[in-house]
Amino acid sequence: MRILGLYNYWVFIFLMMVGFYILISRANFVQKILGLSIFQTAVFIFYISMGSIRGAEPPILVEGVEGIVYANPLPHVLILTAIVVGVSTTAVALALVVRIKEAYGTIEGDEITAMDNEMPF
Amino acid sequence: MTEHLPVLLVLLPLVAAPLAALLPWSRAAWALTLVITWATFGVAILLVHRVLDLGTASYFLGGWVAPFGIEYRVDAVGALVLLVVSGIGAIVMPYAYQSVAREVESAKVHLLYSGLLLCLAGLLGITVTGDVFNLFVFLEISSISAYALIAMGTDRRALHASYKYLIMGSIGATFIVIGIGMMYVMTGTLNMADLANRIPEVSSRTISVAFAFLTVGISLKLALFPLHLWLPDAYTYAPSTVTVFLASTATKVAVYMLVRVFFTVFGVAFSFEVMTLHLGLLPLALLGILLASVTAIYQDNVKRLLAYSSVAQIGYMILGISLSSVTGLTAGLLHLFNHALMKGALFMAVGAVMYRVGSVRLEAFRGLGRKMPWTMAAFVGGGLSLIGVPLTVGFVSKWFLVLGALEKGMWPVALLVVLGSLLALVYIWKVVEIAYFQAFEGDPATREAPLGLLAPMWILVVLSFYFGTHATFTAGVARRGAELLLGVGS
Repeated sequence: MRILGLYNYWVFIFLMMVGFYILISRANFVQKILGLSIFQTAVFIFYISMGSIRGAEPPILVEGVEGIVYANPLPHVLILTAIVVGVSTTAVALALVVRIKEAYGTIEGDEITAMDNEMPF
Repeated sequence: MTEHLPVLLVLLPLVAAPLAALLPWSRAAWALTLVITWATFGVAILLVHRVLDLGTASYFLGGWVAPFGIEYRVDAVGALVLLVVSGIGAIVMPYAYQSVAREVESAKVHLLYSGLLLCLAGLLGITVTGDVFNLFVFLEISSISAYALIAMGTDRRALHASYKYLIMGSIGATFIVIGIGMMYVMTGTLNMADLANRIPEVSSRTISVAFAFLTVGISLKLALFPLHLWLPDAYTYAPSTVTVFLASTATKVAVYMLVRVFFTVFGVAFSFEVMTLHLGLLPLALLGILLASVTAIYQDNVKRLLAYSSVAQIGYMILGISLSSVTGLTAGLLHLFNHALMKGALFMAVGAVMYRVGSVRLEAFRGLGRKMPWTMAAFVGGGLSLIGVPLTVGFVSKWFLVLGALEKGMWPVALLVVLGSLLALVYIWKVVEIAYFQAFEGDPATREAPLGLLAPMWILVVLSFYFGTHATFTAGVARRGAELLLGVGS
């Protein structure tokens, strides 16, 4: 039961590994970025899960009401920052891929490596 | 006023970065960057002075008291790294003007300065912060701007290098976030000092896994062998100014981060006795020193040769850290400072050759000893330091490293350090031999590099000899930092 109860952490590990596998196994630069995004999104789920408390309410203070268990808002705030970082990384990566396509005419990693190796300097 | 120094250090370049991007004239963007970097250096000197006199400086952002708010905290270790990062930032700027104008399209020059300022803000932020999540944010500010800076290289391979760095760097950053999250789950805090207090109470498998994620993540960022694959290409194809700046600051700050996490957050007892970190780090550091040095010997692009040498030098720093003794850690921190000086000078010399000859291949150096005597003399000066000849900074840090190894009775390690120096002699000699003992065949109009490139280069060379002969200050600060990290002495 304990293992099943932690299912969102299993989802986190599964997504992380899926993303990581795509990142490593694909030679196409856009597919690699997709993998990276899945990999990063998995961590978002990890942070969101860890802020939740069984039976907890959203952390909004209401005057006069006491004795309520609130979810921990801090991990959610943290992950908002990490989402922004993730989005900027993806943006920079995609911009690089556009430039790579212009400069090499392809976005296949193995072809680009081959072209690199042919060049002197 | 002086209590606001830590935050000012980050705010100055951070606020100036978008301004530089908005300025349409490259000359104005350069002037702004120059003023800001020197102002930052000035603030850093004031702050370091204060830290060395009055002890650790602490600053609460927005007045929120730690551990609830974000704390900026500068101690002797941070002071040493601050001096390196802000100092190199300031010295690189006069060099940048001509070098960047030659290597980067004029429409993009102001963006390069904006990126440099952002990167500087991120690196300084990592050094002053006392909050682990803040550390991650600053790390990504510096890394993302570094990807953009590397991609500005003239060669199209700069784009590929930047992409590879981005992928590996992002994996590292994500690992670091996972590690931070696991620490937060177990302790409920993100403040480093608070974490240090609470981690021993909740020691469990989760904390061990967090430790592992952080170690691998930061090792990717600092290019510890065998996670260094992004570094040679990134340093080779980036514009010369960017290479000088990143080679002397970015990996150093990552080493600082590693030290912070191992010693301040997890504590030396947990890192080295429970997790037996040295058993993993020591062999990797030694392998890095030897294999990267041997690889450097076979390079025929001088920038790439120096990049592989950087991987080897990072090995020395990690070796010092993995000894986990006062002498070893002093050597590691000292080498962090010293390597910034010598590698900065060497990459500046190579950048000057790029400026005049237009290539940094080994053949391009043929006979340059007579055509560009000052540049090549600076190269030799930096090279001597890299080898570790007495009177240079390289000798001082290697001396402490050998002492540290002998203290622990590891004489084979001490021998390997000396062997690494011999390998450095081989690859530096390769360049010197071509520059001084072969006839010049290129364009007879080739002249010495302009003063704007020579002056910063020679400042670094002179400093590397100055701190080699007057090591009391740097060694003193490094030792104080090492004692602080290990929790012995003051």
